Amino acid sequence: MAQAPIALGQAVNRALETAMEADPKVIVMGEDVGALGGVFRVTAELKDRFGADRVRDTPLGEAGIIGTAIGLALRGYRPVCEIQFDGFVFPAFNQITTQLAKLRSRSHGGLTLSVTIRIPYGGRIGAIEHHSESPEALFAHTAGLRLVSPSDPQDAYDMTLAAVACPDPVIVFEPKSLYWSKGTVNQAEADPGRASEVLNRARVLRRGDQVTLAAYGPSVPQALRAAEQLAQTGTAAEVLDLRSISPIDFAAIEESVARTGRLVVIHEAPVFFGAGAEIAARITERCFYLLEAPVLRVGGYHLPYPPALIEHDHLPGPDRIADAVRRTLEF
Amino acid sequence: MPTATVTAKSPSPAPATGPVTSTEAVTGTTGALRDPSAEHRPDPSIRRSMYWDMVLTRAFDKAATALQRQGELALWAPSLGQEAAQVGSAHAVGADDWIFPSYREHGVLRSRGVDLRQLLGLFRGADHGGWDTSAARVHLYTLVVGAQALPAVGYATGMAMDGIPGAVIVYLGDGATSQGEVNEALVWAASYQAPVLFLIQNNGWAISTPSGTQARVDLARRGEGFGIPGQRVDGNDVDACFTATAGALDRIRAGQGPELIEALTYRLGPHTTSDDPSRYRDQQEEAAWKERDPLLRARHSLEAEGLADEEFFAAADSAAAAFASQVREYCLAIEPPRLPDLLSQVYATPHSLIEEELASLGAER
Repeated sequence: MAQAPIALGQAVNRALETAMEADPKVIVMGEDVGALGGVFRVTAELKDRFGADRVRDTPLGEAGIIGTAIGLALRGYRPVCEIQFDGFVFPAFNQITTQLAKLRSRSHGGLTLSVTIRIPYGGRIGAIEHHSESPEALFAHTAGLRLVSPSDPQDAYDMTLAAVACPDPVIVFEPKSLYWSKGTVNQAEADPGRASEVLNRARVLRRGDQVTLAAYGPSVPQALRAAEQLAQTGTAAEVLDLRSISPIDFAAIEESVARTGRLVVIHEAPVFFGAGAEIAARITERCFYLLEAPVLRVGGYHLPYPPALIEHDHLPGPDRIADAVRRTLEF
Repeated sequence: MPTATVTAKSPSPAPATGPVTSTEAVTGTTGALRDPSAEHRPDPSIRRSMYWDMVLTRAFDKAATALQRQGELALWAPSLGQEAAQVGSAHAVGADDWIFPSYREHGVLRSRGVDLRQLLGLFRGADHGGWDTSAARVHLYTLVVGAQALPAVGYATGMAMDGIPGAVIVYLGDGATSQGEVNEALVWAASYQAPVLFLIQNNGWAISTPSGTQARVDLARRGEGFGIPGQRVDGNDVDACFTATAGALDRIRAGQGPELIEALTYRLGPHTTSDDPSRYRDQQEEAAWKERDPLLRARHSLEAEGLADEEFFAAADSAAAAFASQVREYCLAIEPPRLPDLLSQVYATPHSLIEEELASLGAER
């Protein structure tokens, strides 16, 4: 049933509540997730409802959060870990890439690690250093992990439920800049079909036949704005919300490019070795004779994330996206 | 001179004994318990069984080392010299308890009933796992030094949440105690009062780096600042290792919180078959530790107390020889894995990239 609009962060909260109600093995853990409800309040009131054992304020250590979550998952729990900010995931990188991602393979599929890692990520919130980063490519390069990023409250709700139910480790990159954007959310129980869709399939948010804009997470609204701007000058852009970064729904991109002949990929992460590079390579392989122009990428520069006062020059906004579109059209 | 060898838990953490040099720290070569009043002494049948496992482990270890020299294994990490620390502690582990090993705990696996031949795939380059972890209640070997500590603490936390009266024992080396994650694991264990025992085999050397480079205090004291009591045990005395571990696990299962044991032992062989200890350590040091050979000490104590006769020792030797003789054949029969199988085991759920790569293999064949 449709309800009053809620913010994306609240949608994640509701999904966690639904998941915890349905399965006593679901536990939430991280820094300040209990009484405070997390620094973004995404876990607000869960501790009151489910108790301190299932909503665990951990000591301050990201490796500890993920490492102990691995042990809990081996015991049959479904931990949902919060990493407080994108730039603080690196102390946990070892546990995520050398243990969490590999144990299923190492055990020939015998060990199941249903671990969800929630990472508030991305910029555009005027934050200080280490609080605005987009490290998804570092994890997409690692076999054994799934990566998704929602762009609206409904997807945030569904992806969170899907990630918690998934027997594979899933990293949910939650766009901080969209935490407060609202939408109506059908707060249904977990549904396997819907779960598979949001963890694997891209969706078309706007139809157009001259160029495809492919984005995920916080860049989706930017792509939509660019498409709106382009429409005013007579260019019809199609907007694809990729949703998943591992796997990537290349079939959906291919299907769109087959109609538009042009592709621009947008993400906040630096362009170099980013998701856009992989998409450009694969789509060039698959659609070489369908493409009217090279695939272009719009993203961050090869910089440590810059000071917030100039972050808008670093991030791909409608103007930079529209400029890339013009370049593909003029090619 | 540091001679304290603790076999039963003191009410407070073991006192500082200053920097330890490996040759000074363990006195006596007879295997006699320093604290015969300890309540968790192994009974005679356990002592015979431990001796048996030590002999089997050593025979297997030597056979595996030989296989590496013959080019049949890519690498081998010998457990030579550490059999008492491993077998003694592992025999004290209960059926409901879980073990998180490092990568050299062959004696632990043997004591837990894991067929040691299942280790060969890992070292032959055919496998990254090896055994059914649920059946053995032994997690897979972990090669990233110390990375098993946090999962072990998490597992223990889960056991406590489940109300299971079990405990987790996590094996670490002296080198691993320097890893940040191991220190984080001590924090977590203390904070959650997780039912976990940190068993540190201080074998003197982290490849070429002496244990003194890792710590300026006895590793038995590593837990103190975290609120975790510790004790040192003569790691070449199998009975002492059993007693200390059994006592600690009893307290841990009773909800008294995590503990730490430093088993002072010695890596008589190289770190791995790729290593050359003659480049960094004194031959006299090795010779001194050979005199404290844990197998000889166990045998002497069984003999001295009349708990085993020549027939028993001969039977152990012949069982070990028979087992070792099967190792080569088993090793040579190990098949390399198939790429499609490996691809199918990465995810539990369908993943389009995996499907695409599987399809590409089909096209190539």
